[in-house]
Amino acid sequence: MATTTYTGGQKQNYLNWKTTLASWLFTLDHKRIAILYLVSISIFFLLGGLAAGVVRAELATPKGDLLTSDVYNKMFSAHGIIMIFLFLIPSIPAVFGNFLLPLMIGARDVAFPRLNLLSWYVFMAGAACILIAILRGGIDTGWTFYTPYSSSFAKGEVSLAIVGIFLTGFSSIFTGINFLVTIHKMRAPGMTWFRLPLFVWAMYATSLIQVLGTPVVAITLLLVAVERTFRIGIFDPSLGGDPILFQHLFWFYSHPAVYIMILPAMGVISEVISAFSKRRVFGYHFVAFSSLAIAIIGFLVWGHHMYTSGQSMYAGIVFSFLTWIVAIPSAIKTFNWMATIWKGRVHWDTPMLYALGFMGLFVIGGLTGLHLAALATNVHLTDTYFVVAHFHYVMVGGAIMGYLAALHFWWPKMTGRMYPEGWGKLAALLVFVGFNLTFFPQFLLGYMGMPRRYHSYPEEWAVLNLLSTAGSTVLGLGYLLPVIYLTWSLKYGTVVTERNPWGARGLEWELVDTPPDPHNFERTPIVTRPAYDYNHPEEPTGFVPKPRPVVVGGKDG
Amino acid sequence: MAGHSGESHVHPVSLYTRTLWWLMALLVLTVVAGYIPNIPNWLGVVIALTIAVWKATIVIMNFMHVRFSGKLAWLFAGAGFFWLVIMLAFAFADYVSRPWEPFHGWPE
Ligand code: HEM
Ligand SMILES: [Cu+2]
Repeated sequence: MATTTYTGGQKQNYLNWKTTLASWLFTLDHKRIAILYLVSISIFFLLGGLAAGVVRAELATPKGDLLTSDVYNKMFSAHGIIMIFLFLIPSIPAVFGNFLLPLMIGARDVAFPRLNLLSWYVFMAGAACILIAILRGGIDTGWTFYTPYSSSFAKGEVSLAIVGIFLTGFSSIFTGINFLVTIHKMRAPGMTWFRLPLFVWAMYATSLIQVLGTPVVAITLLLVAVERTFRIGIFDPSLGGDPILFQHLFWFYSHPAVYIMILPAMGVISEVISAFSKRRVFGYHFVAFSSLAIAIIGFLVWGHHMYTSGQSMYAGIVFSFLTWIVAIPSAIKTFNWMATIWKGRVHWDTPMLYALGFMGLFVIGGLTGLHLAALATNVHLTDTYFVVAHFHYVMVGGAIMGYLAALHFWWPKMTGRMYPEGWGKLAALLVFVGFNLTFFPQFLLGYMGMPRRYHSYPEEWAVLNLLSTAGSTVLGLGYLLPVIYLTWSLKYGTVVTERNPWGARGLEWELVDTPPDPHNFERTPIVTRPAYDYNHPEEPTGFVPKPRPVVVGGKDG
Repeated sequence: MAGHSGESHVHPVSLYTRTLWWLMALLVLTVVAGYIPNIPNWLGVVIALTIAVWKATIVIMNFMHVRFSGKLAWLFAGAGFFWLVIMLAFAFADYVSRPWEPFHGWPE
């Protein structure tokens, strides 16, 4: 066992106890693996953001004058592929799930630490394939790789990119399996299922999707590569295949995948909202089960991406109906969060600002999803900027807002430093304003019929597009600020030594040092209270038992 | 891990070699079945899929140790197949109902 000194000076923590490069690259510590993921996906986020900036620059004016249509296609494909497979899917699970899951359930690590490290290496190998494919001329299929274009016509390194996505998919499966086993098997004594923080419930639901859905997309994309390379007819009609089969298989995963992105963010929002309202999350059981409901029903709605594809209209009717049902658990969560804030003592710190931003933007994103889910309106809106606006409201306004809330909320725990609150608030404001300015006009453009994925457009849409591009610069600034001040805070931020700077509930705040000890807890903690027990501030959620006195010679007692 | 999980079992190498030989035998059977002359297409598919399911089952049971695992592992393994059924059922529902007409002469 490590010799942990809890008195004065530089305490041993997971960051300073070993500092060589090898100690990072070969670490089995879930907290360090979380940091490895944090650094890598932050870089990918900046790359994906750069591509988005180029896309918006082209769309600032109606003429397609900055890029050729070919390069434009490659640019939005790079943006989508990087953001979805290299940032959003790993984001909250791989960073905060890894860091927090063992801390929240009172475990020393995840169930399979080696698999955990392997997942990072596999992820990086996949990322390398994708980035090399982009650098060696790019991919112009969009992130959806629709056949037969992707399998028979598209030039460039489509197969390499597909291998990359295949690898990142396996990394995602590894993480999912690891978390499922961890949650089932490694909860501390007293940490019953209904004492779990809601973030853990959200991670459980997410992991289910990762394990049950990801193999399908991995194999499907591999089949595209097989058709490309060996001309075996699977999806291409001229080879005897069926292109709509690809859409079925792709969306069987990729609709649930949007819940891989949003469920973890929902988990974060539950934590943040209760911590900054100082109240137990209203309707805990409903919020917990709605995560499972989303995970399961989310698998029954994929056909809503295919209404106009040639899919049978009867299938369309069924998928449309089921899609409306899947919105219900999301609404349950939103109402419960509002009820939590209601009459709570709300503290307006940066994480809470992001959480409130999430709620507003996610509601708009979800409700416009219902417009798209209706068969008749979908025919008008599909493949327009309305869809683009919809999914950015949920993915950027929802998932990334949740990610930023988490980053600020747990930053002091992860680093032992506080971020500058004033800058944090300013950035949150810029992100919110910039985001709406960027994406709200796209609802209007889509409604007026502007199609997605074109690099030029008629004069009459110039003003709204210019607004959108202007907004994207504000949004970009809003994202750049945290990169700067969080990095700055690593060296100059206020040092945090207390365990619980926010006065929040949860084992990670009450029983774990800041920054955590390499072994998390001195001994396995015992949990005695439900989560979020803000009504009993004098009662801790759990305790770390004192060591049994060692009796030398003779029997115990 | 606690209780009835597989870790405490010792698996003889013969279990794996026997499984491997079974798989090889079934592989030969698959190829042979492919050469049966003059059977209807659907029967060929049924035979091929039956052998495939057989192979998958022994892989899951023996190589993946599900046979020696607790209820939870069975539940998750079963869920994987249930999800496969969901995927196939909805996708086939599309293919089956595509030619249906709401009234005669649709969509003219
Ligand atoms: C209330 C819940 C939701 C409903 C009812 C819904 C509905 C829809 C529908 C019907 C479409 C198809 C539009 C079309 O292409 O014609 C769509 C597209 C999309 N949605 Fe949602 N959605 C919901 C939530 C989400 C969430 C939470 C995310 C992500 C976090 C998301 C991400 C996407 C994406 C990425 C697309 C476009 C995919 C593409 O074609 O590139 N949606 N949504
Ligand atoms: Cu969808």
